Amino acid sequence: MTMEAYRYEDGSITYPGHPVGPDGSEPVGTVDLSEYTAEVITWTTSHATPPGVREPNHLAVVEFDVEGTPVRAIGQLTTGDVETGDEVRPVHCEELRDPGAGIRAAESQAWDGYRFEPV
Amino acid sequence: MTDVAVIGASMTQFGQRDAWIRELLADAAIDCLADAAVEPHELDHLYVANMASGEFEGQTGVPNALAHDLAATPAYTQRIDQTSASGGGGIYAAWQSVASGASEMTLLVGGEKMTHRTTGESTDVIASLTHPVEYKHGVTLPSFAGLTARHYLERFDAPRESLAKVAVKNHENGALNPHAQFRKEIDIETAMESPMIADPLRLYDFCPVTDGAAALLFCPAERAREYADDYAVVSGVAGATDTHVVHERADPTTMGAVVDSGEAAFSMAGLDPDDVDVAELHDMFTILEFLQMEGLGFAPKGEAWREIEAGTTELDGELPINTSGGLKSKGHPLGATGVAQAYEIYEQVAGDAGERSVDADVGLACNVGGFGNCVTTTILEAR
Repeated sequence: MTMEAYRYEDGSITYPGHPVGPDGSEPVGTVDLSEYTAEVITWTTSHATPPGVREPNHLAVVEFDVEGTPVRAIGQLTTGDVETGDEVRPVHCEELRDPGAGIRAAESQAWDGYRFEPV
Repeated sequence: MTDVAVIGASMTQFGQRDAWIRELLADAAIDCLADAAVEPHELDHLYVANMASGEFEGQTGVPNALAHDLAATPAYTQRIDQTSASGGGGIYAAWQSVASGASEMTLLVGGEKMTHRTTGESTDVIASLTHPVEYKHGVTLPSFAGLTARHYLERFDAPRESLAKVAVKNHENGALNPHAQFRKEIDIETAMESPMIADPLRLYDFCPVTDGAAALLFCPAERAREYADDYAVVSGVAGATDTHVVHERADPTTMGAVVDSGEAAFSMAGLDPDDVDVAELHDMFTILEFLQMEGLGFAPKGEAWREIEAGTTELDGELPINTSGGLKSKGHPLGATGVAQAYEIYEQVAGDAGERSVDADVGLACNVGGFGNCVTTTILEAR
């Protein structure tokens, strides 16, 4: 399992990847963000969560620096004890929410992924 | 291209209703047709703005059902789903139908039935519009609001109380609106001490779950006088999209679709933000009122919060915003909201908004879908 971002011809990187990048080109490669650390841009703790989601749910938008190119991602935090500007690293989680409890078809996507843990 | 007029408008009571989607839509439609004394058989097109009647209620095929319920057959029907911006999308579609000459009389009805679901279930239906990298983490629209609000407050050194003042203002306005879900004023302390929902946002920073419907009737402006002494023209209407994945936006506090749809609507109308007398903004969360004020050019970047502090956006201010009570107090039945925003502007420019009337000839409604994923901006002018 990787935290796969797409790299495009103009050097930009997006997470998640898209069939066509911001510059209008197809992706030319991938980057595994789980090998990098990131900085917390902003965070929240959600206390009103939908069926199948942990409560409270600590979330953050973080920014990776991939050889000088910024790449943002969103995800759960391992703790609510964070501040903007903190450094975090991705840690794998087998099941981020209960696939059978929400409205979306369980088979429609993978339910594992990465949480962000303060370094 | 034909100039387009709005000659009739209506909305049902918003709140927790026993009626289901078909009845809500029919109630609004019948009242709107009566407002302009137009018979159902005169309709060429009938549009329904609705996000999720299938997911909420198991009811699909609503536009055709409504046409039959109204005895409006054989009018052409179409459903517009643009998530929370379905109503604004419906206005754009209705305007297109008349402006193009395809229809001489188009009825738009927006509605949603939501309160029979738990708040968690409703939140999940709405969150289903998110990308899988967001959804599987349990990211909801309220959590986007919390993430964005923290970033805004920290970046622009805005006081937390400024968001609470948005809620206080909109509840004050909603108390004057007989159709509003909450006709109750609140104070700053109540808002600031209410339960935490998505840190730093609390209960009173969020709109409620709501049932309701609203309707607008469109025809060529050159025929409007046949139906109404006073009417409004759609002088500007435009829609735009922004990234589906919210964190990919270069600036988390800028909703690009608000900026783009606003600029296009102003350009079409030949107007500037300074020309607007009253605005209905999509305050699903209090922070969104600031983001739209800045995106539409009503305030410089990072300074909308100063306008609420200065009283600019109050009923007696220089630019009253959300005179209806907004989504915050009036309620937010998804598919109805954009239509109801335009209903309020129609009432305001016609001078028919009762106790909450302001002096207005030009009004703007901004309807936001997702977390700024798709937006429609409409400008109405009195005639």
